Amino acid sequence: MSDIILDIKSVNRTFVSDDDSTTKALHDVSLSVNRGEFLSIIGSSGCGKTTLLRLIAGLDTPESGELILNGEKIAGTNPKRGYVFQQGSLFPWLTIENNIASGLKARGVYKEHKGEVQQYINLIGLNGFEKSFPHQISGGMAQRVAIARALINNPDVLLLDEPMGALDSFTRADIQDKLLELWRKNKTTMILVTHDVDEAIYLSDRIVIMTPRPGEIKEIIEVKLPPPRHRGGTEFLAIRRDILEKLHLASAAPQPEYTI
Amino acid sequence: MQTETTTRGFPFRRKSKQASSERISNRRFIVAFIITIFGFLAAIAANLLFPQIADVKITDYQVGAFTLDFNSLYLIVLAALVLIYSGNGIFSFFDQDRRKKFTKSAPFRLVVGLALGIWDVLGTKLLLLPQPFFPGPAKILEPFLMEPSYILQQILYSLRLFSYGFVIGISAGVLTGILIGWFPKVYYWVQPVLKISGVIPAVAWMPFALTLFPTPFSAAVFLITICQWFTIASLTAQGIQSTPKTHFEVARTLGAKTPYLVFCVAIPHAMPQIFTGISIANGFTFTTLVMVEMMGQPGGLGYYINASKVWSAYYKVFAAIVVMAILFSLILKVVGLVESRVLRWRKGLVKS
Ligand SMILES: Nc1ncnc2c1ncn2[C@@H]1O[C@H](COP(=O)(O)OP(=O)(O)O)[C@@H](O)[C@H]1O
Ligand SMILES: [Mg+2]
Repeated sequence: MSDIILDIKSVNRTFVSDDDSTTKALHDVSLSVNRGEFLSIIGSSGCGKTTLLRLIAGLDTPESGELILNGEKIAGTNPKRGYVFQQGSLFPWLTIENNIASGLKARGVYKEHKGEVQQYINLIGLNGFEKSFPHQISGGMAQRVAIARALINNPDVLLLDEPMGALDSFTRADIQDKLLELWRKNKTTMILVTHDVDEAIYLSDRIVIMTPRPGEIKEIIEVKLPPPRHRGGTEFLAIRRDILEKLHLASAAPQPEYTI
Repeated sequence: MQTETTTRGFPFRRKSKQASSERISNRRFIVAFIITIFGFLAAIAANLLFPQIADVKITDYQVGAFTLDFNSLYLIVLAALVLIYSGNGIFSFFDQDRRKKFTKSAPFRLVVGLALGIWDVLGTKLLLLPQPFFPGPAKILEPFLMEPSYILQQILYSLRLFSYGFVIGISAGVLTGILIGWFPKVYYWVQPVLKISGVIPAVAWMPFALTLFPTPFSAAVFLITICQWFTIASLTAQGIQSTPKTHFEVARTLGAKTPYLVFCVAIPHAMPQIFTGISIANGFTFTTLVMVEMMGQPGGLGYYINASKVWSAYYKVFAAIVVMAILFSLILKVVGLVESRVLRWRKGLVKS
């Protein structure tokens, strides 16, 4: 169908702990991501979601296999691949305004794109908080800032590692809508790690289900619901039941843990 | 009874949104105000009313168009204190936080004023304290009439010495700290050296410094520099090494290269520790400054103390001590202001 932006080919990643025990965080993971799609990765804690995202970001390297973005092998970080961490990733010594601008400053293009900072502040609805420091705003606001900071670099792919994991459900729904809005506007490819099934169905074109020990892709589910999606709709609930079943089976062997 | 009744009716709003636990009522504040200035007024009264019984030589000095002796200067200083505290009190009246601060200091200021009065009576009026070691408070002010420009010259000498050492020490300290904190190789080779030199009092290097440096001044700058250097270097290194890995990862995903990681991530993170280093180092620096000046400088407050001691002019020693107290407090105050400005992002983040 549509063209492929990211190709992950038979990637493996094993961690060796201090006591010489090994963890197979990713086992033979292959995945193709379409340009402009919204992809979610879901799975119990410890199944290698973060590890996979870090490989795509270039913060880590696979021991075998490769990751190809736009025809080029991923090596090291690049602002074309934005990354939103779970929480508390804002620089505490910078104001909200300067945190968002840090994306531009890190690349040395602040002068040319200065005006965009205010645009993003408006976009995420944080007017009046420009001069506040991160500890003075709520967790939800902070995550919106983190998203804006990554998006201001206009990345091809935005990687989000449970960005709403620590937020209450109201704030979460609010940011989900914001995220959809930004996605439709910028046409950025989104890869979202989440442990919230509803969130995955609400946002995604496709949902990747992963299983732990070793971390593998179990199944990929397409969500063919037209927007706007209703969390209580029959089809929505059918998909939800389906995913929960698969997740449950997936983690039935050891024990289910949906903690963060 | 003394709470809940205060600022109602005043056009001034309190700055902080949260009402503090305890409010200072008008009445309580006025009592504090009277207590504050009462001590100094009593000191003035003691000076004016108590007859000069002992035989003390009181010399007149020409200051501009005025003729002053040390006793009148003492009265002027007391009157100035009354004026300053009155002004401060009136200013504090309109703000609950300032009211609280002012009220809290009142008993202390009362005792200072009373102590001055008693000291004046015992030290100058009756001359009961062992002389010449314990002059009265008025006598301590005499050097400022006798040789004001000479004292100013010594202050400037000390200040110049301090500034050189401070600026060079901080620059060298932060730079060394960055290198140690960033490069494991530098850490390996320099950290042990730093650790050992850190415990050696700077003055121990004095003979070495005096032979190695061309002028006594540059030798003294060197000694003050190393006071700042080692302390600040180790704390800067600590601050840089304790930067959370995620901060660097965030920056890298945003496209940052090494200079950004060092100057815009590691150093801002290390800033609180750098300031801790500066305040620790300032303590050593003041000590070293005075000792160095006492032992081999052609000027400075330490030199002034030493030269006065030779002539048994202990009132000059006291005068120099008073100047030091004011000067060093001012330096700490300025550093504190810069610190709270630079670290304002931490306000409300850490237990103050
Ligand atoms: N740096 C690391 N060192 C050792 N083990 C790690 C490291 N990172 C992750 N792991 C292990 O790899 C597995 C997958 O981790 P992760 O990708 O963080 O899972 P998830 O994000 O799905 O919860 C876990 O068992 C975790 O303990
Ligand atoms: Mg994770």
